[in-house]
Amino acid sequence: MTGTIRQEADGAGKTRRGTPRRDWGQAVVTRAIQMSGYSAIVFVGLIFFFLVREGLPAVFQVPLGDLFAARWYPIEEYFGVLPLITGSLIVTAGAMAVAIPFGIGTALFISEIAPRWAREILKPLVELLGGLPSVVLGFLGILLLSPFLRRFLDLPTGLTALAGSLLLGGIALPTIVSIAEDALDAVPKAYREAALALGATRWQTIWGVTLPAARSGVMTAIMLGIGRAIGETMAVMMVTGNAPVLALQLASIVSPVRTMTATIAAEMGEVATGSQHYHVLFFIGMVLFLISLIVNVIASAVVFRQRSRAERVLS
Amino acid sequence: MRAALSVVLVSLLLAGCRPGTASVTQDTPSEYIENRGSDTIVNLALAWAETYPQEHPGVRISVSGGGSGVGITALINGTVDIANASRKVKPEEAEQAQARGITPTEFVIARDAIAVIVHPDNPVGRLTLQQLSDIYSGKINNWSDVGGEDRPIVRLSRETNSGTHVYFLETVVRLGQSGNPTLFSADTLLLPSSEGIVNEVRQNPNAIGYDGLGYVPADLKVVALAREPDQAFVLPSVATVNDRSYPVARDLYMYTAGEPTGAVADYVRWILGTQAQRIVSDLGFVPVKAEDPP
Repeated sequence: MTGTIRQEADGAGKTRRGTPRRDWGQAVVTRAIQMSGYSAIVFVGLIFFFLVREGLPAVFQVPLGDLFAARWYPIEEYFGVLPLITGSLIVTAGAMAVAIPFGIGTALFISEIAPRWAREILKPLVELLGGLPSVVLGFLGILLLSPFLRRFLDLPTGLTALAGSLLLGGIALPTIVSIAEDALDAVPKAYREAALALGATRWQTIWGVTLPAARSGVMTAIMLGIGRAIGETMAVMMVTGNAPVLALQLASIVSPVRTMTATIAAEMGEVATGSQHYHVLFFIGMVLFLISLIVNVIASAVVFRQRSRAERVLS
Repeated sequence: MRAALSVVLVSLLLAGCRPGTASVTQDTPSEYIENRGSDTIVNLALAWAETYPQEHPGVRISVSGGGSGVGITALINGTVDIANASRKVKPEEAEQAQARGITPTEFVIARDAIAVIVHPDNPVGRLTLQQLSDIYSGKINNWSDVGGEDRPIVRLSRETNSGTHVYFLETVVRLGQSGNPTLFSADTLLLPSSEGIVNEVRQNPNAIGYDGLGYVPADLKVVALAREPDQAFVLPSVATVNDRSYPVARDLYMYTAGEPTGAVADYVRWILGTQAQRIVSDLGFVPVKAEDPP
């Protein structure tokens, strides 16, 4: 990122020798681009400030022991957020277990194996899947997926974390495929040719050379996929049953759960502004924001470490 | 969803111009009726307030929610003409009113019944309120304990912000006892809409759910309920709700300050008439006159 900014600055410096008018125009454009770059930081900062302002009072109004308790029933002032946090985590983990292998597999197939004509059909199709409104997927989930899961796995009800995970996997898949495929595509052709020239098979080339070379892009794809999954609301609210049960065992994946996003969506509409319940809902929003932040920080740390190692090896 | 809509409408009313919101704009000098109270009734009251001026162009009616208590207090303070309430006036409220020289006059304007629904293949067709409370509070977890097959019970409920949820909690789960601290079992599925409940009950033989009587489709099985095990089990219908034999139903009221006069009297009379009561059944409530088509 710093590289691009520096280039921009160099470009502006060079034109100073040109006509004054062009110089002025370029300065405006440069500023505008700079502003839009910084505005992203400002917006995130403002959103976080707002969340903290509305969410932090919850910590003072509700004793911490009650806030991190296992019962969520806000109309009787039970504000235990643990079931919601574990619910979101288990649904997201399930979604990633589906979306990561399928997503990277699909990306590898499209970029490395598929013939040109198949690639040209597949890529737009995957992107089309990404444009599908999640409420439509949720509808399919209620009508087809959850009855199927109930019968197939002999569960009391199909409205479970698993149904949510499968739908979320489907929602996160296009994000992962699309970005991972771009990253794989950007690996220089010389890498593959060198590997093949050394006698590596096609699979060895893909697994040992192409994928590791693209790993920072693939990692970004996975992180964006997780972000997409944990923030998804509508489809999850429709198929997970929304029962605020603590999801700690492996068996919780086949029981109903309530996610943080579904709770905010279902309850924010009718809560009295400034009430305890209102602040607790914002507190949940804060937790959600922090989880995304942690995921992103871990991702960039991993990518950064890998990059510096690669630079060391190359130098 | 119904509750959500009502609140949106109410907040629109509160946010927008306060007087005469739900009225047709008129050039003629108009009678003005202020109507406030129960959130359960607010949709119904709005539908009436929108229909009535079409036939009586001189009248403007403004409707807002807030709760039964809010409506009755406003009536006692003289700021509204009609209070909507989903419960009777409490004795202390009546005393306050007397102290101000007001006698609240009660009109039962509609009834609200909740039907308990199960899958058509479920052999269980009757439950006592105690059994229903034990099912929803998590004490009974298998259909075989209430005379059904050996299947787990999947409890379905509306979200906690729905008026129906609160009424069901008070009347069924807590059996109408005011100090009873029983809660819904934590693994009760909270579905955001009536359709969600109907869909799940339709395809899942383990499920039990509840919904306003007017919203239950014909292909689901409605459970007959009894207050006590030795009493008759009653299916909900317009007739059983109106003769009060069905236990999970309540009257919905309007109160006026003393005997109504003028435009308010005309309006209340119209509400109890056939046309307004047809709106009652359209909105999923039970009309007060049994001879009306359901």
